[in-house]
Amino acid sequence: MLALATPPAAMAPSASSGPDTAPSSPPGTPFVQLDGVGLSYGGPQGLKALNNTNMAIEKGRFIAVVGPSGCGKSSLMKLVTGLQPPTQGSVSVNGAKVNGPLKIVGMAFQNPSLLPWRPLLSNVMLPLEIVQPHRSRLRANKAEYLAKARALLETVGLQEFETKFPWMLSGGMQQRANLCRSLIHDPDLLMLDEPFGALDAFTREELWGVLQEVWMERRFTCILVTHDLREAAYLADTIYVMSARPGTIIARHEVDLPRPRTVDTTFEPRFVDLVHTIRSEIAQVRNEAKKAAKAGATKAGTTEQKAS
Amino acid sequence: MTASKRRWLERLAPWIVTIGLLVIWQVVVVAFRIEPFIMPSPSAIFDAFVQYRDSILIHAWQTMVSTLLGFSLGIVVGLLLGIFIGSSRLVYAGLYPVLIGFNSVPKVAMVPVLVLWLGIGQPTAVVTAFLLCFFPIAVNVATGLATVEPELEDVLRSLGASKTDLLIKVGLPRAMPYFFASLKVAITLAFVGAVISETLASNDGIGYLMIQASSQFRVPLMFAGLAVIAAMGVVTYVVFAVIERRVTGWAVRGQNMSISGGGG
Ligand SMILES: Nc1ncnc2c1ncn2[C@@H]1O[C@H](COP(=O)(O)OP(=O)(O)OP(=O)(O)O)[C@@H](O)[C@H]1O
Ligand SMILES: [Mg+2]
Repeated sequence: MLALATPPAAMAPSASSGPDTAPSSPPGTPFVQLDGVGLSYGGPQGLKALNNTNMAIEKGRFIAVVGPSGCGKSSLMKLVTGLQPPTQGSVSVNGAKVNGPLKIVGMAFQNPSLLPWRPLLSNVMLPLEIVQPHRSRLRANKAEYLAKARALLETVGLQEFETKFPWMLSGGMQQRANLCRSLIHDPDLLMLDEPFGALDAFTREELWGVLQEVWMERRFTCILVTHDLREAAYLADTIYVMSARPGTIIARHEVDLPRPRTVDTTFEPRFVDLVHTIRSEIAQVRNEAKKAAKAGATKAGTTEQKAS
Repeated sequence: MTASKRRWLERLAPWIVTIGLLVIWQVVVVAFRIEPFIMPSPSAIFDAFVQYRDSILIHAWQTMVSTLLGFSLGIVVGLLLGIFIGSSRLVYAGLYPVLIGFNSVPKVAMVPVLVLWLGIGQPTAVVTAFLLCFFPIAVNVATGLATVEPELEDVLRSLGASKTDLLIKVGLPRAMPYFFASLKVAITLAFVGAVISETLASNDGIGYLMIQASSQFRVPLMFAGLAVIAAMGVVTYVVFAVIERRVTGWAVRGQNMSISGGGG
């Protein structure tokens, strides 16, 4: 029943000084910074999802986060956007500590979650009805915003579908629209959580190209969570690798392949080597986690036997 | 070709079934010489309807008005209550047992209490209709609000959406199919409420007419009353079914939207 009830964490004034209100962070300080961040669900004794995570992301960088399933990647996204407060450490964006939901972040998830009662164009324009200053300008400057939304739809090849409803479109088309929706208000920070996870390989590779193009043009800061290591290597400047739960950063790789990257790039030896390295890192943490779980289980078993 | 035939058949099916049942009824009554004061035939019921047309229509109108008043009240209260329950966990936790308790009480049992407060007549019928119909509306609206995808909520909250924004942009539109679906159920319940109240505490309305007819053993008239109630129920149901389809067509994903169920 709790549909709209999730209480936003205390709305301190600093929450409103999100990425684009402050003029610009002093050079050298990262745009997104995590200091010793830990997160436990269900109180301090509860399930520990993240442990002592440190990240420093400079403005305009494209970051990818990879790691085994359940290691807390989605939780990390919630922490950065302020949807979930950390139980340890602190998160800051653009020099201000995050105390509640940031107000201008673009987000897209694996599930396109478009509104089925709105045609595509109006779906894409939804953020403009919420984010200031667009919200109060929208009515008076409708034409300008319409043109903008149409231009954006055109970059992802959906210009002919603006009057169609989401359920009339394929999954890939819906995901393109979702991407447009996350970008329409020119966010300084874009958070993508496995946005291409449910798509077929060809559509996925095509959308990598689209995303790269938009990013190269606008240079927002982007954090991409993904299971697909090739996707991470194709898109990101920096790849963070996380350990199994409780998640923490165990490795960081700079991807210094030239842009724009193409599907051909993914067959270059440097690219393949990088993907291999990351894959073995993740395989290792998964094995360790499995061993630890087994050891824990047998330990628990013996204590139980003793007790009985 | 077969598709259009099927469509025709689908449209005609409700009529064929209804007329078929009436014919069987008539045949059975005539063949077994069942007395009209036990079970009148459809033709006898129709005769009774024609004979008492004026008084039946006056009473039916009264019932209709009580039902619609109670139903309107039910929409307002049900909608507000549903939004209230659906958007706050605290309200939900607090009200849930009370509502379940309330809903378990047979509303017939409340009519005597209402008579005490409102006297005999239309106000009691209106309130009984209201009491029967607001609950499904409230539950459905609350359920609808609860179906908002958490991811969409995250997307909007990270854009700075307030609770009110979420409710207006997503929650309410999302809840509309549930709301309209509940209206079909609620209008039928409102009829039940109004008629129950009229049979117990009224000097007007179809319910009162039935009690009168019963005490005078005018069985065909009773059945004519029942038929009128059934007809009003079907008509209002169809009206809300049509409205539902118009307003929330997106919820059925455009599949065969224009075809399905012409007869309701
Ligand atoms: N709302 C919640 N309440 C309680 N536990 C949660 C909640 N959300 C996530 N968790 C737990 O936290 C851990 C990390 O979850 P999270 O969703 O961040 O993982 P993930 O890395 O995104 O996984 P995946 O790659 O499968 O999407 C999981 O063990 C999960 O069970
Ligand atoms: Mg996840």
